[in-house]
Amino acid sequence: MRTAIVDRPLDACALLAEVAHHRNGATVVFVGSVRDVNDGADVSGLDYSAYTAMAARELDGIAGEAAQRWGTPDVVVEHRIGTLDLGDASVVIAVGHPHRGDAFDAARYVIEELKKRLPIWKREHYRDGRSEWVAGSEAAGQVILSEAKDLR
Amino acid sequence: MTVRVLLFASYADAIGASEIALDLPSDARVRDVLSRVRAMASGKRVPDKPMVAVNQRYAADDEIVHSNDEVAIIPPVAGG
Repeated sequence: MRTAIVDRPLDACALLAEVAHHRNGATVVFVGSVRDVNDGADVSGLDYSAYTAMAARELDGIAGEAAQRWGTPDVVVEHRIGTLDLGDASVVIAVGHPHRGDAFDAARYVIEELKKRLPIWKREHYRDGRSEWVAGSEAAGQVILSEAKDLR
Repeated sequence: MTVRVLLFASYADAIGASEIALDLPSDARVRDVLSRVRAMASGKRVPDKPMVAVNQRYAADDEIVHSNDEVAIIPPVAGG
């Protein structure tokens, strides 16, 4: 298991190779990337910023939860920060597991949890010259507050 | 006692700083840190119950803060 917050382009193939093992009958690689339209506005690029030390710790915690719950050591996650162009990968999650259902479920768990818990923000730049912080979900925040004590 | 308060993204823009130092009574809780920040100029742009982390762990608003703690006020997150 390995996780990292990085400020360089992500290489999904490298993460795929990292979780390769003969015990695994299935490998799932999830790639999240920068989309050209958000809420009807034409996006030209974006900047990710992070509370880096906490994001690294939280991402490690999430990957560890997935590894433990689905019983595989082969969970590798990288999240990129900094300036990204359209199509650039912002997050790559690779999970190797003996069985495909568990591989899919573990990868899905990691992406859903990191979207709720990672202290990372993105500022979108639009074709018309505007830029804005993307609004995260307030509902997710309330979940985190109510779970804060359980997580400790 | 002094605590470091970290601000990010839209909250840093609102307060005009990414880090401030606050002098607080020794029995202060997370919610006291929030009231002080919200009393600053443009502080009302920080909601009254935002996500908060103390020393890089999510914390409830009744958690006690200690001298030299790092208290981060976390805007709704948008990673992934």
